[in-house]
Amino acid sequence: MTAGSPPPAAPAATSPSEPARLVGEDATAALMLGDDALILSHRLAEWTGHAPALEEDVALANISLDLLGQARTLFSLVGNEDELAFLREERAFHNIQLVEQPNGDFAHTIARQLYFSVAQEIRWTAVAGSPDCPTPIRELAAKAVKETAYHRDHAWEWTLRLGDGTDESRTRMRRGIEVMWRHTGELFVPIPGLPLDEPALRAQWLTALETVLAAATLTLPEGPDADAWTAGGGRQGVHTESFGFLLAEMQHLHRSHPGATW
Amino acid sequence: MTTAPPAEQRSPGPSELERAFDAAVAAEERIEPRDWMPDAYRATLVRQIAQHAHSEIIGMQPEANWITRAPSLRRKAILIAKVQDEAGHGLYLYSAAETLGVSRDELLDKLHAGRQRYSSIFNYPTLTWADVGAIGWLVDGAAITNQVPLCRCSYGPYARAMVRICKEESFHQRQGYELLLALSHGTEAQHAMAQDAVDRWWWPSLMMFGPPDDRSAHSAQSMAWKIKRHSNDELRQRFVDICVPQAASLGLTLPDPDLRWNEQRGHHDFGAIDWDEFSQVLKGNGPCNEQRIDQRRRAHDDGAWVREAASAHAVKRRARATEPPGPPPAVSSPTPRHAPQNGATTT
Ligand SMILES: [Fe+2]
Ligand SMILES: [Fe+2]
Repeated sequence: MTAGSPPPAAPAATSPSEPARLVGEDATAALMLGDDALILSHRLAEWTGHAPALEEDVALANISLDLLGQARTLFSLVGNEDELAFLREERAFHNIQLVEQPNGDFAHTIARQLYFSVAQEIRWTAVAGSPDCPTPIRELAAKAVKETAYHRDHAWEWTLRLGDGTDESRTRMRRGIEVMWRHTGELFVPIPGLPLDEPALRAQWLTALETVLAAATLTLPEGPDADAWTAGGGRQGVHTESFGFLLAEMQHLHRSHPGATW
Repeated sequence: MTTAPPAEQRSPGPSELERAFDAAVAAEERIEPRDWMPDAYRATLVRQIAQHAHSEIIGMQPEANWITRAPSLRRKAILIAKVQDEAGHGLYLYSAAETLGVSRDELLDKLHAGRQRYSSIFNYPTLTWADVGAIGWLVDGAAITNQVPLCRCSYGPYARAMVRICKEESFHQRQGYELLLALSHGTEAQHAMAQDAVDRWWWPSLMMFGPPDDRSAHSAQSMAWKIKRHSNDELRQRFVDICVPQAASLGLTLPDPDLRWNEQRGHHDFGAIDWDEFSQVLKGNGPCNEQRIDQRRRAHDDGAWVREAASAHAVKRRARATEPPGPPPAVSSPTPRHAPQNGATTT
């Protein structure tokens, strides 16, 4: 396919040398967490050029880049990052449905960020401190905790501003946390290969959310945190309708030139 | 010129102020925000910095177009970082304009109302992935050629902003070149994509240097004030001379049959630029003028409630902070463990 000559001199990979590949449950764990990061990164990047203020174009792109970095590291533990991102079918993606939800208005995006980044910070902290988790994932977690704290802080601050801002922003923020709530049930479904106390992590998550929402003059939604039939669906490769469109856009160019080097 | 006492401390005649200003400019000293400056100098800078800032943020659009379709994760990361840099350039430049007494909101309103310009190059569409490379190589390349001399601009805050910006632009230029190189050495389809993009972007990039010297409205005065250091045609020539060998190493051709080395001049001759097209695009008849400004306005209008919420919340917080000490608030916001790298808050 390529015209004989090797790809340009620039270094391509995330890591200097080929890392040891994970297998079995450990690989599944890396894929699940990597898919979460990849898909949320993609959604956040959709804001670039459309954000409510220039500072937010910068901030959302920043978070998107951090998550993309996490995804690339996790994919590199399993296989070729581009094959994993661009050549899997919809049912082979294991991200939770929360991260694939369309951006909606800024409040929807912030609600999604709040639920996810608080959970991710708790998860990376737990993984980093658990000797039972696969070593390369622990290393990534230890590195990612710091940037995830910034993501959480960003979501937290905006939740306060929107919840305790104007009447309109409060209405929109309340709507955002309600709409996204029904996709949060998967956040603490046990992940194979990561033996963590999920109910305890979830309790931590709820406490943190109650705290920030109270300060934002809001409360946790009361309805179910999962649909009637999709509870846990994302981890099993069952996604929502918008996900197919996301993949179509993301994968189209790569798939149009099989075997090409970019 | 920072040593000159502020105007209100002594009241010399305007001619004395003007003489001091001229002397400072002649001595290559920097004019700083608190220094006296002629009104026309201030107005020229505001116009130029605003146009530059607007170009950075409108310039995000044609490339951000391709973020969600980037064909590899590595390229996607590079592209997101690039577009993010451009937003950052917008921020530096609006801040530089603020030192001259105009707010970002004011300038954005003028942009949205069509009363201030941005670089016409961004009124061309990005039709294929290779356009991302062509923009990096040619458009960022032309921007660098224009902007490196601005690092020595007589107005301090603008010159300093340009130093930071130029560093990042040269990354963008190299990344664009490298993207095209990968395509050029890739499959036949990829090579064709790269050539097509260069064919479409070459002439518009030459137009980025502005009208020829004999038709340039603002050049002479700007040169005298050392805002501008080289004429449009000089910079355009420099750019052509840089690009010709680079195109050869890319294995791509430039779409100009008249392009050839002129031994006597020590420069490349090149064909006539279609200035009618340039003025049409400037007048709003480019392929994307309306689309670009619409997207800008929409983002701004859709974000109005967010910015209002942020201000309302800031007012509430300040009010709480000045209340007499009572019971501690139920919750304080978390302490960031590392500061947001890019000042991720709005006001
Ligand atoms: Fe820039
Ligand atoms: Fe740039």
